[in-house]
Amino acid sequence: MTFDSALTLAAGTVVVSAVVVLWLTSVHAVIRVVAIQGFALGAVALILGLRHHDVGLVATAVVVVLLKGVAIPFLLGRTGDEGRPQRESRPLVNVPASLVAAAVLIIVAFLTTRSLGRFVGTGAGALVPVGVATLLIGFFVLITRRLLVFQIVGLLMVDNGIALVAFLSTAGVPFLIELGVSLDVLLGIMVLMVLTRRLRSEFGHVDLDELRELRD
Amino acid sequence: MLLVFLLVLPLLGGVVISVAPRHTLAGWAAVLSNGAVLVLGVLLAVRVVGHPPAHGAWGILRADALSAFMVIVIGVVAVLATWLGIRTLTADQRDARATRGRATGYGVLVQAFIATMLLAVLAANLGVLWVAVEATTIVTTFLVGHRRTKGALEASWKYLVICSVGIALAFLGTVLVYLAALHAGGHSAHALDWTSLMANAHRMDPSVLRIAFALLVLGYGTKVGLAPMHSWLPDAHSQAPAPVSALMSGVLLAVAFSAILRFKSVVDLAIGPAFPRTLLVIVGLLSLAVAASLLIAQRDYKRMLAYSSIEHMGLIALGAAAGIRLAIAAVLLQILGHGLTKTVLFLTSGEILAAEGTSQIDGVRSLLARRPMLGGIFGFGLVALLGLPPFSLFSSELLMTRAEFQVGLGWVAAMAVGLMVVIFVAVVGHARHMLLGASSTEQAAAAPPRSVTAPLVGGLVVCAFIGVVAWPLDGLLQAAARVVAP
Repeated sequence: MTFDSALTLAAGTVVVSAVVVLWLTSVHAVIRVVAIQGFALGAVALILGLRHHDVGLVATAVVVVLLKGVAIPFLLGRTGDEGRPQRESRPLVNVPASLVAAAVLIIVAFLTTRSLGRFVGTGAGALVPVGVATLLIGFFVLITRRLLVFQIVGLLMVDNGIALVAFLSTAGVPFLIELGVSLDVLLGIMVLMVLTRRLRSEFGHVDLDELRELRD
Repeated sequence: MLLVFLLVLPLLGGVVISVAPRHTLAGWAAVLSNGAVLVLGVLLAVRVVGHPPAHGAWGILRADALSAFMVIVIGVVAVLATWLGIRTLTADQRDARATRGRATGYGVLVQAFIATMLLAVLAANLGVLWVAVEATTIVTTFLVGHRRTKGALEASWKYLVICSVGIALAFLGTVLVYLAALHAGGHSAHALDWTSLMANAHRMDPSVLRIAFALLVLGYGTKVGLAPMHSWLPDAHSQAPAPVSALMSGVLLAVAFSAILRFKSVVDLAIGPAFPRTLLVIVGLLSLAVAASLLIAQRDYKRMLAYSSIEHMGLIALGAAAGIRLAIAAVLLQILGHGLTKTVLFLTSGEILAAEGTSQIDGVRSLLARRPMLGGIFGFGLVALLGLPPFSLFSSELLMTRAEFQVGLGWVAAMAVGLMVVIFVAVVGHARHMLLGASSTEQAAAAPPRSVTAPLVGGLVVCAFIGVVAWPLDGLLQAAARVVAP
């Protein structure tokens, strides 16, 4: 397998797993898919790092896999053991409509960012729209799902999409900054999970509908 | 060395808080460490005005006049907020539900919050700046939810989710700037350094920078509280403990705005001022309109202050849109004046809330008669906030309007003034109700202790002082404006 086809496969896995998240309603299954997305993202960084002989990027790949493929899915899975509903029962947009929306979002991503891909000028650059599509689908999950854990998943997918754009267009930001960014992502998600637990322990089961107290 | 020490100081305060046996002691340790930050900020200003920028920590930190100015603003607000925060700490001690650990956690997180803001204004690299701004969101989330009521937890959830999305967009913008810089021949490790961006700006690709700047304004604009991404702000500011609201409104918004200023000067050099100007005018006017429409029928005085922050950030965006040196100097003066008055007002509103037990405007009446000290401070604070002389917001708003006319944005300035008049009328109406109004219980209540009123009055006096005599800030403001408007 050449570098280019491996890269396409890995980047494709990232966006396909984003679509699969839209298709699933079970929390456990979604967390598993998010882990796959994390591994695929790490693979993109690894392939690019090997091709450019870039040690920093290979190190980034290791960080990404450990963080987004292992640590965050593990933590997300652990919040599920306390009698919480394990399914998204009534999303704002139902599953078939969500899949159609995903198709539209992917087309939008390709139409709007193809020129950016051409500016990058490498084979990897042509895949930039894949990252943007992942980001848009992440937004869609964030807006249309009511379970709090799905909001965390949506944020994570937005973040993965941006990371994918960064790897494909610039071969990743410098390693030091990447470390800072990863730390922020991890801490942010941990804080969100603590908040979920606090909301649940003080007020019982909560989804987004119940967070409507503050308004003008 | 000075720069590293600046970052370590608030953390040192945090360490003392975590081991201090008594809350009062912990509180004073915080005030002391933040006072030292202020003093170092002044020293830093003396060191960099008219001299080359200072560097530290192997080139990760860099301070020019703009950074020094922001350090001073952070220091001033932090001293005021932690001073009144002593009461939050000791009040927590009395609250039966609160454990000792929670009060300590509060104190430590406030210090971490101040340290991350300092890192944001001292970062040499715009990637590090991003990491620092995102870190401010993470450390403040628990502070917003400190009271653990349903409203407070809801506000902190929305705050973290909305700001994470916003800041993610800012990261995408930063990546695109990095891409443009690499293509312009920047060396990868230093391509995001602000100095190297400024040096390479004229070689960067205009179309990529345009997308990047739009994402940056939207992304950092979320943290600034600019419309259309402002919706977290009124919730978070009204639910957080008063000192946290003061720190967030008084400086955090301005710190995020300074990030936009930095990127704007790069984009200005690369593609000219027209595109950034249009974007900033749109978000600025939109913010003013949102603030005006929601202030008219506002029922909660903490939310009233929050919407007023959106208004002032809109004004600052318009000033930055004008972009000439006079405008930037006025923007910075506005940041300081708004920081001071909004801090005083949020802290006073915390005292009013504690004394009256409600944050509803309807629930508070004839404050001037019953609590002359608190009512007086609140009233004078609002006078300052509405941009009346002698307070410094008067001169900065005047200067911004003049600069807008100078660059041909006269119609924008006119619309802004129109919206400000609406806001003026709305706020005066609410204030009249709270301060005068008829009340059933006319007897005077106990006055707050002098340790509470002294910093509040002091903040207002300073604001009036710099409004009357620009000295000693004038030189610093000019130098700081020259950094981003060469």
